[in-house]
Amino acid sequence: MKRARIAYAGAVHDAAEVNGRLRLADGRFVHEEEVVWLPPVQPRTVFALGLNYADHAKELAFKAPDEPLVFMKGPNALIGHRGRTRRPADAGYMHYECELGVVIGRPAKRVDRAQAYDYVAGYTVANDYAIRDYLENYYRPNLRVKNRDGCTPLGPWLVDKADVPQPMNLRLRTLVNGKTTQEGRTRDMIFDIPFLIEYLSAIMTLAAGDLILTGTPEGLVDVKPGDEVVTEIEGVGRLVNFMVGDDAFYRGNA
Amino acid sequence: MADAFAPNAFAKTRDMRQAAPALVDPRHGTVRFGARTVDVDALDWDVPVDGTVYGTLLNFRGALDSLAEAMNAPPYKEPPKAPILYLKPPNTWIGHGKPIPLPDREDAVEIGAALGVVIGRTASRVKAAEAFDFVRGYTVVNDVCLPHASLFRPPIRQRCRDGFCPIGPWVIERAAVTRPERLTLRVFVDGGLRAENSTAHLVRSIPQLLADVTDFMTLSPGDILHVGTPEQAPLARAGERVRVEIEGVGWIENPVMREAELGAAP
Repeated sequence: MKRARIAYAGAVHDAAEVNGRLRLADGRFVHEEEVVWLPPVQPRTVFALGLNYADHAKELAFKAPDEPLVFMKGPNALIGHRGRTRRPADAGYMHYECELGVVIGRPAKRVDRAQAYDYVAGYTVANDYAIRDYLENYYRPNLRVKNRDGCTPLGPWLVDKADVPQPMNLRLRTLVNGKTTQEGRTRDMIFDIPFLIEYLSAIMTLAAGDLILTGTPEGLVDVKPGDEVVTEIEGVGRLVNFMVGDDAFYRGNA
Repeated sequence: MADAFAPNAFAKTRDMRQAAPALVDPRHGTVRFGARTVDVDALDWDVPVDGTVYGTLLNFRGALDSLAEAMNAPPYKEPPKAPILYLKPPNTWIGHGKPIPLPDREDAVEIGAALGVVIGRTASRVKAAEAFDFVRGYTVVNDVCLPHASLFRPPIRQRCRDGFCPIGPWVIERAAVTRPERLTLRVFVDGGLRAENSTAHLVRSIPQLLADVTDFMTLSPGDILHVGTPEQAPLARAGERVRVEIEGVGWIENPVMREAELGAAP
């Protein structure tokens, strides 16, 4: 099943995809574009991976890491499908990152990789935007790059684990204004999902709802105000985001 | 006749469903909930807030100065410009009196005394001059970490382990702390004073830090932004009891215990 959280007609609803349509928990069918999509999960802890695809690590001129490069985000960073993400006027290079999101299903502590999928609830799509101008070499990537308000679109769906039988062999791609700019496959991750769950759960206890964004392949390009950015993962979802400049973002606040 | 109950704080014990107003008397080590006055150590404490907890790196002048030479060399290349932040996720939070787990194969943990600024109103792009309006109060944060010399990569292994962030016991209301810019922080290990510093030595003051941080990320009610830990953080070993004390705010004490002794579920 594909589940969503949406706002519609004055309330927040749980919804699900039924025969290609969006059905609210109360039985109403609504249209994709008449609802406000919220992030499908509300994790307490959000992990994200840097440099987790060999090709991307090469593109950024780093050697592939021998230990996962993990950072964290707060809830301010997440926004839903069809949301608007601000590109600050002083940003020179802001790029998307199409990533498979793994949602944890139950508390996980010292989990062996062989059992790791038992702890997964499902999957979602993330777009982990970065503004490279703000990178600094302390606890890099720093939060000013990776924890900006609304800079991590998530969704549209939480797809049940059972509906994604081969999470390590999914095609990812990003389209900017309809043109494919990034392509990859989850099998090219340096540290795969079972490894990441074993690694993280050896450090700390993971909770139900926690989210792991597993990194992005090569093919990053600068995106501009007005761009429609679609990050898409086979069988998991097609996440649409609209880039806006400061003028449009703050319109009405002048 | 009962005294009027004029709370100066709020706190949460494990038998409460949510935090409740409290009157803290730091001199006598007592806390009063309604008509009930009890000794601080007689209660089973939970953490007093439930938002997102952020820490700030290198915000004490001594901590920044100690890195002065390295900052111009790789991997840092230049001194930091924006505030450097990190998260202390919910698995790290523990209440007053609860054990800090020392991982197998580690000798000691670093004890980071930190003033936690508790957010009271949604804070986005706040001006320094108005920043205190967004502050609900203050709490004591013991930002525990494994010693790590390199600050190049995010410190998940070092800072985000279960039980690595005692918080509380209470949040003292902003109005009850008259000079947040001049608070003495102390760390005691087994009763001995190991470190002392003051929020007077912050690189970014509390209002400036709130302005610079909320320029790019919104803080919500119940979030904590801790303003940094002083240089030369003391170490604590298994069996020792650590106390972080902040003048006018409170103190939090926790024993350090071997992870193995604490069982599988911390």
